[in-house]
Amino acid sequence: MTILSNVFQEKFKALSNLHVVVSVLFLSTAYVTFCNLVFADGALLHVSDYTVSLLGKYLCYALLALAVDLVWGYCGVLSLGHGAFFTLGGYAMGMYLMRQIGDRGVYGNPDLPDFMVFLNWTEIPWFWAGSSSAIWMVVMVFLGPGLLAFIFGTLAFRSRVSGVYLSIMTQAMTYALMLAFFRNEMGFGGNNGLTDFKEIFSFSLQNPSTKLALFVATAIALAIGYAISHFIVSSKMGRVITATRDAESRVRFVGYKPEHYKVWIFVVSAMLAGLAGALYVPQVGIINPGEFSPLNSIEMVVWVAIGGRCTLYGAIIGAIVVSYAKTRFTAIMPEAWLFALGGLFVLVTLLLPKGIAGLLPNIFDKLSMFNSGPTTSKEEAPYHVGSKKELE
Amino acid sequence: MIRTHTRWVSWLFICLICLCKVPVYAQTADVQTVQPSNENDAALYSLAAKLPSAKLNQMESLVTEISQVPHPKTREILSLVLNGDLYYIKSNRLLVAAIKVGKEYELTDVLHDSELASVKKSKIRKVSTNNRLRGLIRSAIAVLDLNSPNKDVRLQAVKQLLDNPSTMGLDAITLRLDKEEDPEVSELMNVVLSLNQLKTGEHQAKLVAVSDLESSLQPEVRNTMVNILRELPQSQRNAQEAELAAALNEVIKNIDAKRSRYGFIENVFFGLSLGSVLLLAAIGLAITFGVMGVINMAHGEMIMLGAYTTYVIQITFPSLIEYSLLMAIPAAFLVSGFVGVLIERGVIRFLKGRPLETLLATFGVSLILQQLVRTVFSPLNRQVQAPEWMTGSWVINPVFSLTYNRLYIIIFSLVVFFTLMLILKKSSLGLHVRAVSQNRDMARALSIKSDWVDAATFGLGSGIAGVAGVVLSQLTNVGPNLGQAYIIDSFLVVVFGGVGNLWGTLVAAMSLGTINKFLEPITGSVLANIIVLVGLVLFIQKRPKGLFPQKGRSAD
Repeated sequence: MTILSNVFQEKFKALSNLHVVVSVLFLSTAYVTFCNLVFADGALLHVSDYTVSLLGKYLCYALLALAVDLVWGYCGVLSLGHGAFFTLGGYAMGMYLMRQIGDRGVYGNPDLPDFMVFLNWTEIPWFWAGSSSAIWMVVMVFLGPGLLAFIFGTLAFRSRVSGVYLSIMTQAMTYALMLAFFRNEMGFGGNNGLTDFKEIFSFSLQNPSTKLALFVATAIALAIGYAISHFIVSSKMGRVITATRDAESRVRFVGYKPEHYKVWIFVVSAMLAGLAGALYVPQVGIINPGEFSPLNSIEMVVWVAIGGRCTLYGAIIGAIVVSYAKTRFTAIMPEAWLFALGGLFVLVTLLLPKGIAGLLPNIFDKLSMFNSGPTTSKEEAPYHVGSKKELE
Repeated sequence: MIRTHTRWVSWLFICLICLCKVPVYAQTADVQTVQPSNENDAALYSLAAKLPSAKLNQMESLVTEISQVPHPKTREILSLVLNGDLYYIKSNRLLVAAIKVGKEYELTDVLHDSELASVKKSKIRKVSTNNRLRGLIRSAIAVLDLNSPNKDVRLQAVKQLLDNPSTMGLDAITLRLDKEEDPEVSELMNVVLSLNQLKTGEHQAKLVAVSDLESSLQPEVRNTMVNILRELPQSQRNAQEAELAAALNEVIKNIDAKRSRYGFIENVFFGLSLGSVLLLAAIGLAITFGVMGVINMAHGEMIMLGAYTTYVIQITFPSLIEYSLLMAIPAAFLVSGFVGVLIERGVIRFLKGRPLETLLATFGVSLILQQLVRTVFSPLNRQVQAPEWMTGSWVINPVFSLTYNRLYIIIFSLVVFFTLMLILKKSSLGLHVRAVSQNRDMARALSIKSDWVDAATFGLGSGIAGVAGVVLSQLTNVGPNLGQAYIIDSFLVVVFGGVGNLWGTLVAAMSLGTINKFLEPITGSVLANIIVLVGLVLFIQKRPKGLFPQKGRSAD
């Protein structure tokens, strides 16, 4: 029995291994693609186009959760403003898609998007310059969120704002952005946001094969994002970052500059979130300031908390499981969703501090304890150390 | 400033004297009111009989004639015409006042005060009016009201004539001026007359009028002066015109200076009133977050529960609307405080020393509470009525008035603040709270029940949030999202003021409110909000411990 549980434990450890996650991702993507393309509509194994874009959406969320986990799980920075980076990436993509519409808009103006014509603007504002180029769009997807994260992070971490203060400030940041983007004068479509997209890279967005391609692209992006995160957290730099989370003062006394590492990881995380947003927009077909709302950002944190903070695959599992639950709940009984979400918050923080990812190894932990006594090393959850520091 | 101040005081004094005189005055006024006589009856009836058949262009002279008949019904008929409630029955041309009840119209014979049977719309026709006619009727009614025994009615009438001047009105005011005993009314009458002089008088009269009008802040006065100035020839003025223009410019400049001074005071008042709302919302948090160090994201929902408690009390005791707020204050305190204790005992207790987890768990609680309210009360906003004493405003002069509800809220928030201060500084609970927050183990060693203190403190903070909800129900819509709107602001106020420092919270709330209100006219309210948020974020980067950081060993 002990051997068996040890084997399982090894297996679960291996699950965090890069190869396993990437292969699982690859296999499931291949399966969905295959079933969507080969089997006819109505066949038992057929995966509908709707399911494909739904899965694509979940994978975007998973990438976003990965970004949140990177800063929260490994760096101890609870960001309640990651929705801002996600949405900024989404707007960068949305601007490009808006320009792709060309003269097929309601007003048929070849130069100006519809909402600008509606506002009686005569020329494209300066910050929309270059938005018709795909390369510029890709640059902006990373540059927009990255720059915001850099400025915010530099200011915050240099003056050693941490813990709850930082969380509330990030929340204020996304709230301020939401208010700003709701204004028509801001030049991003105001209340309605950007929508009515026609095509991406000259492929029609209505076409099922484009949707499938976007899904596959998201899966690849998630795999790359996972690989990058994996390399970061297992590198020497990742060690410093984890050490910063657990005892920032000690890291500083040893001679590192924790704020540099924090800013760096914050920027990387923001860029990943931006990428997730950019992939999200063509799949749902709209981006509006509602995405900035603080509630969205907190929901992201819940994905990570439920999936298992401080395990990269846990974040992915959490995002997919919670989003699936949300889809089901809001379809069956919309009233109950907020009850369920709120209950999840409370129960997970109270009973499952390590989330789903911590659940299964925990069982095996207990099993082995049951068999061989308390000899198994009982690791203290790392963030308890960190929180003691916050208590001081 | 001081001069105007003493003037107000003397005014107040005169007003008081007048109040004492009212009964006497009312008697004399009664004698003046017109007595119905057969002659007047006949005159009014014959004129009124012309109303149904009169064309719009004949109406003007007809209305003027009617208004000159001294008869108690005159005013009633005129105001019916003004409001479009005067009809006549098509078959017999009888003038009636009609009120729509359901699908039918209830009729009252205007001249004989007798009720008639309800009829369908097709049986009657409205006595038609147009805007020009309405203006005429308004000033005719104002002329009639000038002789009213009620001071407020007279004042209103003079204001009406100020905005819509007419020869009829000016004559009436000139006649009435000598008999007027109320200083406020007679001053306004003088303004109307001077304004007329300014428009139509000789050169010397104009100059006198200008200097008389110097102290008047009525918007109409300034508008007229600006118009007159604009109508003067811009170049090659003769001596008289130049003199008048100089005088006008001088007075307009004075008036503008006064107006901007009052505008400034008004902005400060609005700022303080917004600040006191922020203070109320944040002060409970200043205890739970600032003193206890617990992040309670459900704080906004405690406010919301307080607002809904007010609503429930109003629908449970519909006859006691006047007292509902006073009843709601303790009730909301108990409801929110009780829920607060539940949250503390059920969730927060287990997450001691893990602030980020506390944040998430209490956020979960806030979602549950929101959905609970949505399920119980429906997601729509609920209307909470304002009692009589909260409505209206304190008019200090034509450009400056303070609304009572905001005035009361400022006072109330300060009362709550100082009560709380007293509890924390003077009561034994306060002593225990401070002891536990400074050194839990030592406090426990000195036989303070730290668990009990935690629950009581959290209950106190949440209860205060509930009280804030009662106040907010008077200002905004009561809906499930009421709390969410205030949670970020409240946290920022507490952090800006310095965590653990109640005075800091007071200063932070008031200054944020004032800054916001001063930015608003320049940038618009949304942008002002954003600027304040960004400014706060930058400020916290610069001084992470807020305006008034705690010093000493407990600081970090």
